[in-house]
Amino acid sequence: METEEKIFDTQPPYLYPEYKSTILRSPTKPLILTKSFIKDLSMPVFGESCIGEFDNDLTKNAAKGGQPIGERIKVSGKVMDKYGRPVPNALIEIWQANSAGRYIHKLEIHDAPLDLNFLGAGRMLTDKEGHYMFYTIKPGAYPWGNHYNAWRPNHIHFSVIGHQLDQRLVTQMYFPGDPLFDYDPIFQAVPKHARELLIARFRMDWTEAEFALAYEFNIVLNGSKQTPFE
Amino acid sequence: MMEQLKTTPSQTVGPFFAYSLTAEQYGYGYNSIVNDVLTGDGIEGRMICIKGQVFDGAGSAITDAMIELWHADNFGQYRETCINGKNDGFMGFGRVGTGTNSNGEFSFTTIKPKFSDNRAPHINVILFMRGSLHGLYTRIYFSDDEKANTDDELLNNVPAERRHTLIAQKNKSDGIATYLFDIHMQGENETAFFEL
Ligand SMILES: [Fe+3]
Repeated sequence: METEEKIFDTQPPYLYPEYKSTILRSPTKPLILTKSFIKDLSMPVFGESCIGEFDNDLTKNAAKGGQPIGERIKVSGKVMDKYGRPVPNALIEIWQANSAGRYIHKLEIHDAPLDLNFLGAGRMLTDKEGHYMFYTIKPGAYPWGNHYNAWRPNHIHFSVIGHQLDQRLVTQMYFPGDPLFDYDPIFQAVPKHARELLIARFRMDWTEAEFALAYEFNIVLNGSKQTPFE
Repeated sequence: MMEQLKTTPSQTVGPFFAYSLTAEQYGYGYNSIVNDVLTGDGIEGRMICIKGQVFDGAGSAITDAMIELWHADNFGQYRETCINGKNDGFMGFGRVGTGTNSNGEFSFTTIKPKFSDNRAPHINVILFMRGSLHGLYTRIYFSDDEKANTDDELLNNVPAERRHTLIAQKNKSDGIATYLFDIHMQGENETAFFEL
């Protein structure tokens, strides 16, 4: 059983010195083991009324009379537990830079243009089969202060609230073939065998002709509650 | 045993979550589903305020952390019905960033959860920040529940010398009872975090 856990350990460490801010912000003492009833604690459930009409369309939800500049894409996928069963009604919240690699956040200092028609935030609930889908524009790469000439690969931030406490996940989705993967300590902090899990799959067959390219990004949450036997 | 899938790796929330996750608090033009108020009007229970700061290993207050709270009501019951946005009765779930107050202070308003199932009143805390590759889980207990705290199973699992890091200190004040709960990522008072 323990070997199995090791094989499936896909998570980055707390301290990863190449990502400099982890040095003063990671716990130095081992985490304390908890009883399963804590991991199983139900998380809040969110209703449809939390989701606005265009919350899953970032090309529209902040448009001020025009369209955001950039390559329109459709991102969709399935949220599952580790046994592959769908997680319906999970809350997914997303945020990203615009196509020029600029965040709208007030503390962002990267000298790239803002886009009046783009905020870069959205949210949605998974359906009965655990599926979600949103439209956006492909985010640009941007520099950051970790080390000299540091750049983040293109990515979309995801926050997911599943059904149980151990199904609360914040992660980032990357795009296939990004030349910055080898230079990004946040991506590199993930064990090598698990990095592919953060890279969306290009899906020509899901592409909307004359409209948007498509990417598939599936999310597998923990979930200790069910211990099914086959 | 069913075949297991590899779980999606966690990544940092980064410094720029606010315009999506805590937009109203930060003044962005996007609505928020939840905020720093976890209860509504006319909900039974004692109103409390929880305040604190998050400190890094050098003792500096962290101004780009995000904190989520989740707790039971005055009857020891977690909310089970859908949350339909802010001020939807007792929600028990809230979220704030530490970037809108110059010294990184956060503040939540809620009702004090009740003792239930032989567990002392407590609040679940999930913490995210730039520089943390994972969400971190901890708990808030209350300094005026001394007896219940002594009997609490989870608290008793924590090494005795670290238990104080989980106990919010009641601040004597007029009006709403205020509890101070600072989180220390490292150092002498490093907060006890739990493995999920
Ligand atoms: Fe980012």
